Amino acid sequence: MANTTHSAEEVTRKADEAHGAAEAAGMPQLDFGTFGNQIFWLAVTLIVIFFILKKIALPRIAAILAQRQGTITNDLAAAEDLKAQAQDAEEAYKKALADARAEAQEIVAATKAEIKAELDEATAKADAEISAKAAEGEKAIAEIRANAVESINAVAKDTAKALVGSMGIDADARTITAAVTARTKG
Amino acid sequence: MGKIFFWIMVALAVVSGFLFAPEHAGLVIHPMDQFEVKPLFGKGEIGTFTITNVTMWMALSVVATIALLVLSTSKRATIPSRAQSIAELAYGFVYKMVEDVAGKDAIKFFPYIMTLFMFIVTANFLGLIPASFTTTSHIAVTAVLAMLVFLTVTIVGFVKNGAGFLGLFWVSSAPLPLRPILAIIELISYFVRPVSHSIRLAGNVMAGHAVLKVFAGFAAASAIIAPVSIFAITAVYALELLVAFIQAYVFTILTCVYLKDALHPSH
Repeated sequence: MANTTHSAEEVTRKADEAHGAAEAAGMPQLDFGTFGNQIFWLAVTLIVIFFILKKIALPRIAAILAQRQGTITNDLAAAEDLKAQAQDAEEAYKKALADARAEAQEIVAATKAEIKAELDEATAKADAEISAKAAEGEKAIAEIRANAVESINAVAKDTAKALVGSMGIDADARTITAAVTARTKG
Repeated sequence: MGKIFFWIMVALAVVSGFLFAPEHAGLVIHPMDQFEVKPLFGKGEIGTFTITNVTMWMALSVVATIALLVLSTSKRATIPSRAQSIAELAYGFVYKMVEDVAGKDAIKFFPYIMTLFMFIVTANFLGLIPASFTTTSHIAVTAVLAMLVFLTVTIVGFVKNGAGFLGLFWVSSAPLPLRPILAIIELISYFVRPVSHSIRLAGNVMAGHAVLKVFAGFAAASAIIAPVSIFAITAVYALELLVAFIQAYVFTILTCVYLKDALHPSH
């Protein structure tokens, strides 16, 4: 140690040298005169740090970490819940869709059946009407034909009577009728 | 990111080059001056209760611990801020170390181990501020820390296991004739623990700081050497940042290992 100046440091060093033999060797670490001081303040420091950690810092950080863990767990559970809910909703939707489809099918089938029944009924009614009309027509034709035959008979009788009369024979009506009837039948 | 880091280191190197440099030119290096214990007020004798630079830098350690673990967590945010993340990381780091190395039943010693870790890590990093004082570079400090661990572990070992704790020294898996010899070796290694535990920390921190100071002295000595020297300071400073953390980590993990021996002394 070359002491060339008299700075404050050097003065202190010289004062220290008085009570520290090791100081001469240049190692302040081996100046036993300062050990008591260092150990005392170290003890104070460690006690202060220990109580700060024990009473404030460590419980607080532990609480923060626990709270975060709790939040994460809760969030995961909530997510699980929501997922289950979403699945339920999807299932409900699918079920509703299937139900609606089935109902639609049913309605279609029912409507088809109804329409068919109505159609059948209408057809039957129309058939009946048609056959009734046909029967009526046939009856009318038969009537007309009968009327026509009668008219022919009457005309034939009259004609025959007139013919016979013009021949100068007074034939009675019964004979003429019988003759005409016999002819017109054939 | 890398570039920013590089320029910060360069700036730090230049600043520390100025701050560590002695007042007068020439190759006059006092690498150990930075470790001197001085009264903070006046120039009297250093008694036990004198307020010294040790007091100040230890108090700053406490302040740093409060800032890191208490103030940063004051919001108790579920989504943490950066500062709170660091506090949580520090907590998780030491907690996991205690749990993994020393076992689940060592968790009740966690506040104690966390105290050691926070003190050492804050003291180491505060010591890296240029012109600061590093409390952990003093063997008196690290020896007390190591003795605290040693005594705690020994007492816990005997309280938990009674005479069974001595089984730590009796290697039952070795052949019988070898066991007494091994017992002596184990016993010696057990008592060497606090020595290595304390000197490792103080030695690493002191050596790095002394090297920084030596390079700073070279930088001040000559303009030709200065660039090389400043580069060296930068590199050593980066290394010292690593050492500051690693030594705190090593001290803490060894404490956990010793604690595991006390709780489970069987080999």
